[in-house]
Amino acid sequence: MRNLWAFLILAAAVALFAAALVFVPRSSSRATLRIFIWEEYIDPEVLALFEKEFAVAVTEDNYGSNEDLRAKLQAGASGYDLVVPSEYMVTLLARDGLLVELDLSRIPNLRNISARFRDPSYDPGHRHSVPYLWGVSGIGYNRQRVQPPPSSWGDLFEPERLTPYAGRVSLLNDMREVIGAALIHLGHSPNTVDPLELEEAKNLLLKQKAFVAKYDSEGFEDSLVSGETVMAHGWSGEVATARTQNSELEFAIPKEGTLMFVDSWAIPRGGPNRDLALEFINFTLRPEVSARIVNFVNYASANEEARTLVDPAVLTGPAYFLPEGVKFWWVEDLGDANKLYEQVWTELKGR
Amino acid sequence: MNGTQEELTGASRFRPGWLLLPASVWWMVFFVMPLGILAAISFLRPGSPVEWSLTAGNYGRLLDPLLLKVFLRSLVMAAAATAVCLAIGYPMAYFMARQPPRLQKLLYFLTLIPLWANSLALTYAWMVLLRSDGVLERGLRWAGAIGPADDLRLLYTPASVVLGLVYWYLPFMVYPLYASLEKFDWRLLDAAMDLGATRWTALHRVMLPLTMPGIIGGCLLVFIPALGNFVVPQLMGGAKQALIGNVIQERFLSQPQDWPLGSALAMTMMVLVTAAVWAYFRYAREEHALG
Repeated sequence: MRNLWAFLILAAAVALFAAALVFVPRSSSRATLRIFIWEEYIDPEVLALFEKEFAVAVTEDNYGSNEDLRAKLQAGASGYDLVVPSEYMVTLLARDGLLVELDLSRIPNLRNISARFRDPSYDPGHRHSVPYLWGVSGIGYNRQRVQPPPSSWGDLFEPERLTPYAGRVSLLNDMREVIGAALIHLGHSPNTVDPLELEEAKNLLLKQKAFVAKYDSEGFEDSLVSGETVMAHGWSGEVATARTQNSELEFAIPKEGTLMFVDSWAIPRGGPNRDLALEFINFTLRPEVSARIVNFVNYASANEEARTLVDPAVLTGPAYFLPEGVKFWWVEDLGDANKLYEQVWTELKGR
Repeated sequence: MNGTQEELTGASRFRPGWLLLPASVWWMVFFVMPLGILAAISFLRPGSPVEWSLTAGNYGRLLDPLLLKVFLRSLVMAAAATAVCLAIGYPMAYFMARQPPRLQKLLYFLTLIPLWANSLALTYAWMVLLRSDGVLERGLRWAGAIGPADDLRLLYTPASVVLGLVYWYLPFMVYPLYASLEKFDWRLLDAAMDLGATRWTALHRVMLPLTMPGIIGGCLLVFIPALGNFVVPQLMGGAKQALIGNVIQERFLSQPQDWPLGSALAMTMMVLVTAAVWAYFRYAREEHALG
């Protein structure tokens, strides 16, 4: 009797296991477009509109960093149809053969892309990517608490200017952004590979650390809203969102220039619904769809034609704010020289 | 019916070893294989993500003074958290064990509650309490204990990291301690005192040694995970002072990725912890055999 029970349980377990392997990946008869994207980076309404118009299902999963995305794709067979890497990550993923070459004839709305993002250096000819949303890093601050208002990286890096705000300042927890800002402040390129310039940046950052409350990329805007911090190194879109919750917040782009990023749609190798993915990219480039996304996400769209349809409050806020005459850099992949940055970063955090 | 005696003693002919099959499969797939992969990666060269050529160099790279410093800091933090957990947990378990059985059950149940909530959410709750202009500062300000412009800066310090770790792992200290104390025969304390021991002597010469397995168990359950925790130093430490868990995480999920170094770090940590635990149990067994 016991033998029989044991056998039944074992058989059930094996059967369940087999069933899980066989059935789970294709449970739905309707095609399902699987999107792997940053958190809160697309309006769910837009996904619903696409589902309705094309009679498909769309699912969304999230990642927290470009490297997180890269690790998942490297591990293989992610099953995702669309991903949204930043510029330097497009280069890396394409180089490793993890992205599919795009059939641009299937994306006629590509003509809506603004000139700034057309044929970018990180992906010449849009072979692997189509620009989606962009932003810049700068200084978010509380105008009631920070006087005079910051206008330069010096306001975030010079000890004498930081003293009144000691312990009330946050920096991004992002190696290239933080070291890049220090380099720009020192008059160097944020993509430098000169060890002496990086040494200089390291010393500056170590001095600055005494005034820094925290390094935080995910929650810095909440701290600005609550008043826990009064000044934060951060991204335009996040500050734009924070401003809707606390009207005392402003965003400054340092006059020395800053880093700009653009996140792009790309199709990972092995994605099961390639045609549908192309259809989706083209769909998001419709002006009204782009505008809807911008109004939800608070980041600026690479779609020039969407501009007139964007909520004026968003259009005049930090998201679209690009002062004339300011220099912008992309984060470039530096190959082996990444090591130099990593050493500065580890030392900054290890001390 | 024959063979009753055999069944009672467990020496039955019925030995269905294949019943272990599901567990073995589970163990192979979810424990041995990932560990094997990690071990294998630690002997490859870094690439994107790895280059398929063997090297032992990753372990050499661990001798970087900066990494050693981070490792030392992790040891200190984990030890501090363990000590605080023990200092809070032992009296707590003692108190619980001395209550009437029904109340004991209730108290035990109460200590389980923090485990039901997501520990990340609880960490955020601590941050709301401790941050500048947070609940605690406002309360103290309202009570007049601090001035309106005073900034206590409680959060984003080494102490707040230890606090966070203590909060995460305190239940794991209390359970083994409670289990030992619950079995403890309280009459032994009376006996010791009848024989002339002071109350203090009775506690530390009789109760403490007899509950030592609980103390060691609790300390291991707190120290080991605290050593590898990377969420608390990031959130409650403001990512200002990296612990070894942060370094491992960054080598896997940040620029520049270096899986082999991360794997070598993780493997080394595991070997060190296993060796320490093994050495302890060996020592404890000999101690027991001699004593």
